[in-house]
Amino acid sequence: MSGPLLEVAGLRKDFVSAGRFGRGARSRVAAVSDVSFAVDAGETLALVGESGSGKTTAVRMVLRLIEPDGGTIRFDGVDWLSLPIGELNRQRRKVGVVFQDPATSLDPRMNVEQIVTEPLVIHRVGDRKERRRRAVALLSAVGIPESALERRPVEFSGGQRQRIAIARALSTAPKLLVLDEPISALDVSVRAQVLNLLADLSESSTPRPATLFVGHDLSVVAHVAHRTAVMYLGRIVEEGPTGELFRTPRHPYTALLLASQPRRSPSERRPPEGASVAGEPASAASIPPGCAFHPRCPVATARCREEVPPETGSLAAGGGPRRFACFQPLS
Amino acid sequence: MSEPLLSVRNLTVTFPAGNGAPVVDGISFDVRPGEIVALVGESGSGKSVTAFALLDLVPEPGRTTGGEIVFEGRDVRGLPPADLRKVRGGGIGLVFQEPGSALDPVRTIGVELAGVLRRHRGLSRAEARRAAVEWLRRVSLPEPERRLDDYPHRMSGGMKQRATIALALAGGPRLLVADEPTTALDVTIQAQILALLRRLRDELGLAVLLITHDLGVVAEVADRALVMYAGEIVEEAEVAELFDAPAHPYTRGLLASRPDAGGAPGARLVAIAGSVPEPGSRGAGCLFAPRCPEAVPGCLAARPSLREVAPGHRAACILAAGPGGKP
Ligand SMILES: Nc1ncnc2c1ncn2[C@@H]1O[C@H](COP(=O)(O)OP(=O)(O)OP(=O)(O)O)[C@@H](O)[C@H]1O
Ligand SMILES: Nc1ncnc2c1ncn2[C@@H]1O[C@H](COP(=O)(O)OP(=O)(O)O)[C@@H](O)[C@H]1O
Ligand code: SF4
Ligand code: SF4
Ligand SMILES: [Mg+2]
Ligand SMILES: [Mg+2]
Repeated sequence: MSGPLLEVAGLRKDFVSAGRFGRGARSRVAAVSDVSFAVDAGETLALVGESGSGKTTAVRMVLRLIEPDGGTIRFDGVDWLSLPIGELNRQRRKVGVVFQDPATSLDPRMNVEQIVTEPLVIHRVGDRKERRRRAVALLSAVGIPESALERRPVEFSGGQRQRIAIARALSTAPKLLVLDEPISALDVSVRAQVLNLLADLSESSTPRPATLFVGHDLSVVAHVAHRTAVMYLGRIVEEGPTGELFRTPRHPYTALLLASQPRRSPSERRPPEGASVAGEPASAASIPPGCAFHPRCPVATARCREEVPPETGSLAAGGGPRRFACFQPLS
Repeated sequence: MSEPLLSVRNLTVTFPAGNGAPVVDGISFDVRPGEIVALVGESGSGKSVTAFALLDLVPEPGRTTGGEIVFEGRDVRGLPPADLRKVRGGGIGLVFQEPGSALDPVRTIGVELAGVLRRHRGLSRAEARRAAVEWLRRVSLPEPERRLDDYPHRMSGGMKQRATIALALAGGPRLLVADEPTTALDVTIQAQILALLRRLRDELGLAVLLITHDLGVVAEVADRALVMYAGEIVEEAEVAELFDAPAHPYTRGLLASRPDAGGAPGARLVAIAGSVPEPGSRGAGCLFAPRCPEAVPGCLAARPSLREVAPGHRAACILAAGPGGKP
């Protein structure tokens, strides 16, 4: 197969909601305006950005949990959006998902064996004994003992529940893993355990899956993602290899995110206050015209208020080139 | 060194669940005027319960079962209800994690603020409204005059959190207790709120007890930090010293396990094994022993108490070296 495993182009989603309490004007929320990216097998792409920037909406469209209003998705050689529902459900075994909250993402009535093997049952993989064997192997890979099989999610800590969710996501040997803030709800002391686990799994799995990782902590993203795409109000404003992007941000919004990260130690120099203090985030319900970032941008000009900056650079999977959408990129 | 503003001694709070094991177990600490003290710990370590206990607001069926909470020379626990009400809001202001949870959804922020100003400062209606605008300006809320007549649902999380801080400060407290005030906010807005807390401390001489699980927040704003683990304070130090020379293996573990923005994909982190023990299943000896890479048999003999390891630096670990003493 040629080309990236997952290729998303021009993805768009508006949510239309009735007015407050059913009264008043209907409002339109442009959750994702125009999003394109590509991920290769074995590669991790992170989506970062403030709350409401459209990260979850974008990945839920890739999962077809939300139907896009426009755009195309090519996944593993097929036109993913035109798959009829029956075929889509068959193909879903190629995708594993872990959501943010381990307390609510696992069905409390199921035991661990049922949770981990459910995708195999749905896709009619193996018989009961084979599925159980697979569950034991997956659980052991994520550091959960076999004795857990009969127990229910409430009996586990947050970190253990997230390991179980990861084992479930891996059960069908997916080609694509979607992780939406998988460690944000965990205790600080167990975050590193789960990050190490994700790193081990991505190296040992064959074939190595492509991973879409939604996160907001840039230091976590540095540890998991080969490339990072920065989202602002429904668009990717900058994308590049993670290390390079963090060292030399070209888009002023990326620079703002970096300057806002708390310091690692009190002896590190604090960036000048102006570098991180920049206005209120706009909402997806009222996106400013032109460059959506202009009301908060320290270097905005008249042009930024009128024209949407085009993307500079090229879309390329596998590291290398960068792209950004800004009239006055930082150098 | 000035007299402490708040002096907590052997504070113990108990919930009937978990066989009535204390969730806050005999903690002691001071907060001095104008000082920002961080209470840092993981979920369930007892930070919020401590915050509630300071104002005698522990939710049912919990109970403060022991200790003293001396604020400006008087034990809050023995105060008659009228005096306690004056301390709440007037002496100690509170800000909670969920932006806006302290705001009444059916009242404008101006009405709420004016209410506090009239109650705690005895201002007239017109004076209170003018003062309310000033408070909104002081917490850097954009367009304060216009915001005065806004309802909470019209504000973003960061704006609500600033309004809440204005509300907590309007009564003129000397101490602000802020429980994870930025945890629900984006880092960009967190940076603004932390800068605001620093500025309020500088301008008003305000003392802050800042509760957080994030060592980055501690590094960013605090003067001194108390590290809490499973209901106990296990280390206390000035922040520079805490980061440079952590004395407790738990603190060292937390510092070492943090991912680094300069890290590379796939690089392994130094993780702390296991997870935090539940209140009902906390054994004898050091509570961190089951996860501690440095544990020795002696660690299980008795609960280590906080001992001075350097001036102003205490740790509850039998291996932490005392000043000139043997470990
Ligand atoms: N079902 C829905 N109906 C209406 N609006 C929605 C819906 N889902 C999302 N939105 C809106 O779309 C925008 C993008 O939301 P999304 O959840 O994708 O953001 P996000 O980047 O994942 O944020 P977070 O970091 O908070 O998870 C927001 O303005 C949100 O309020
Ligand atoms: N209302 C309550 N009922 C029963 N247990 C509670 C209640 N509130 C807190 N606890 C328990 O007290 C302990 C400390 O909780 P908390 O102070 O909220 O932790 P933190 O704020 O550090 O995350 C936890 O074990 C928690 O389950
Ligand atoms: S296009 Fe203009 S407003 Fe937008 S980020 Fe670039 S300089 Fe700032
Ligand atoms: S007392 Fe022992 S177990 Fe506890 S922190 Fe110190 S070395 Fe570790
Ligand atoms: Mg999301
Ligand atoms: Mg809490």
